[in-house]
Amino acid sequence: MISMPFVAVIVLISIALFTIVFKRNLIKIVMAVHVMGSAVNLFLISLGYREGGVAPIFTNAPRLGMVLPTPQALTLTSIVINIAIVALMLSFAISVYAHYGTLDTKKIRLRG
Amino acid sequence: MRNNDELSRIVRNVTCVLAVPVTVFGLYIILHGHLTPGGGFAGGAVMATFIALFLVSFRKEIIKKDMWTKLFPVSEILALLAFISLALLGISAAFFHNFLANSGLLFGMPVPFGVNPGYLGTGGIAPLMNLAVGLEVFSGLSLILFIMTYSKPDGDKND
Amino acid sequence: MKKEVEVLTLAVLFILLLATTISIHPFGKPCKTEMDDYFILNGQNQTGCNNIVTSVVFDYRGMDTLGEATILFVAVTGVFMVFWRDKNEK
Repeated sequence: MISMPFVAVIVLISIALFTIVFKRNLIKIVMAVHVMGSAVNLFLISLGYREGGVAPIFTNAPRLGMVLPTPQALTLTSIVINIAIVALMLSFAISVYAHYGTLDTKKIRLRG
Repeated sequence: MRNNDELSRIVRNVTCVLAVPVTVFGLYIILHGHLTPGGGFAGGAVMATFIALFLVSFRKEIIKKDMWTKLFPVSEILALLAFISLALLGISAAFFHNFLANSGLLFGMPVPFGVNPGYLGTGGIAPLMNLAVGLEVFSGLSLILFIMTYSKPDGDKND
Repeated sequence: MKKEVEVLTLAVLFILLLATTISIHPFGKPCKTEMDDYFILNGQNQTGCNNIVTSVVFDYRGMDTLGEATILFVAVTGVFMVFWRDKNEK
């Protein structure tokens, strides 16, 4: 009744959400966003598992019962999108550090 | 970020030795994307890790400025344009129509059904699109690494 | 006071998310697999790839891959824009 991969996804999401809300360092927030994206990738792949299945590749396959190939294709796209998000967030963090001299979100305020 | 130092002689020599195997391994993953797991995205990321190793172990002044302002953006743009034009070539039937599969042309050998050792001549337009996407991912990720190494950010303390 | 409300909200969200893991299908028995069975049976014949995931990414769902390549291009352009200086040296 309790499926362990889904519980692992829930634990990862809640740890990342706790870090985004309660921590003050900008780098920790960026890393928590990336962890949450990886947890969603794990959820996508574990949705498409069939019992006793092998990878959906016909080159020297052991048997013909295969797992679903569509969630794996969606996960490829999601990984590339996470790379784009984290690259842009890190470049903004570098710009904030050059402008204010600190990475603490309590000391950074919008002026004007 | 200051990168005026270089690492020791052992690291520099091993980086020069590792240039050929890492690139060949990445190209193997890209080219056999229609037979084994991998494809364009994974192979491009493997080839971009060599650029990261190169940027860490050598001095910043070795690379000319023209390489990351002219060579890599041009290759990225050309790869994306090749991907779109490959999709537009079969426009007579549909937008992403696979017009090379099961025909007699470049990658068009028909595949026997079931478990078989992979034949490289199959696949239709999938190997060509793998090459275009692999080159684009490699150029894009290397460009991000180059910009973050060579430029100072835009913040000037005016407050 | 404010911090306790936030912790309580996160705890309620955690329990609600845990409750959904019981109500989706058990791990290993997916519900409807007609589309993926069609891909596995006819993918080798129609596209000629041994790798079904590659044929799904580049042939059956090529439009998503076009959007993904565009996202990567736009992200590189955005990183360029953050670090661009209008003078000669950069």
